[in-house]
Amino acid sequence: MATRTDEPAGRPMEPGPGTGRGLGANRTGRDRPVGGFELWSWLFMRVSGLLLLFLAVGHVLIMHVIDEGVERVDFAFVQLRWGSPFWRTWDWLLLTFALIHGVNGLRVIVLDYVRRPGARFVLNWFFYLTGTVLFFLGTVIVFTFDPSAWPATS
Amino acid sequence: MARKKSVYGPIYRGREGQWSWILHRATGVGVILFLFAHVVDTAVVGWGPDAYNRVVAVYHNPFIQFLELVLVGMVIYHAFNGVRIMIIDFWPKASEYHVPIFYATAALFVAAMVPVTWIIGRNILEALF
Repeated sequence: MATRTDEPAGRPMEPGPGTGRGLGANRTGRDRPVGGFELWSWLFMRVSGLLLLFLAVGHVLIMHVIDEGVERVDFAFVQLRWGSPFWRTWDWLLLTFALIHGVNGLRVIVLDYVRRPGARFVLNWFFYLTGTVLFFLGTVIVFTFDPSAWPATS
Repeated sequence: MARKKSVYGPIYRGREGQWSWILHRATGVGVILFLFAHVVDTAVVGWGPDAYNRVVAVYHNPFIQFLELVLVGMVIYHAFNGVRIMIIDFWPKASEYHVPIFYATAALFVAAMVPVTWIIGRNILEALF
């Protein structure tokens, strides 16, 4: 950390093995990114994670826990729910942030475990393309679904 | 593939830090892979009630509802552990207390999962019997 200024001059800023307390002691993992794309990726994961704490956990509690949970979810339920711009906006934000957060997480995991450059490239681009296609599919459905196009089913 | 031995020793050190990290990855992968399928099944709503109701019937199957409980658990773990990570990231002093913070997170997770398991478990039992 930049606050560690008590080191003698000429010594590395990171504590060596066995010094200090907490997670910084004996650290062997990758260092926190200091700039460029990886820093923004790191920050994005935290900001979007905080948003998803409300969007995703709220979604899961509403759809799967309260009332009768997923038992009550059918076409008529979606018709009623997407009659409100509030839930459409909620679902679109959830779609967008969950896809970017998830695909970026997959990218970090692929960088850790897939060593061959070709396989890394193919896997990462498979996830980027899947995420992009699903983002457009979800966006089109969330914003173009017309609840009045079908007569009430219940 | 032969790897050079790291001068910093092995990456895997066990204990709370590693287990929370492994679980964070595993639950994250589980949730994003489900999300890929879930966007497609939700998109079917654009094809009308017959198509959509046939698709969501899958979610009313008791075995799938057990997987639903697992999914809800994965989302809640990933969310709570994410908050733990952010606390330690943005308040470096907290890393000195990372073990009690881990157990507090685990306790919150269990506290949340007790009612969730009760509610979804009851739905499963009602569907079965």
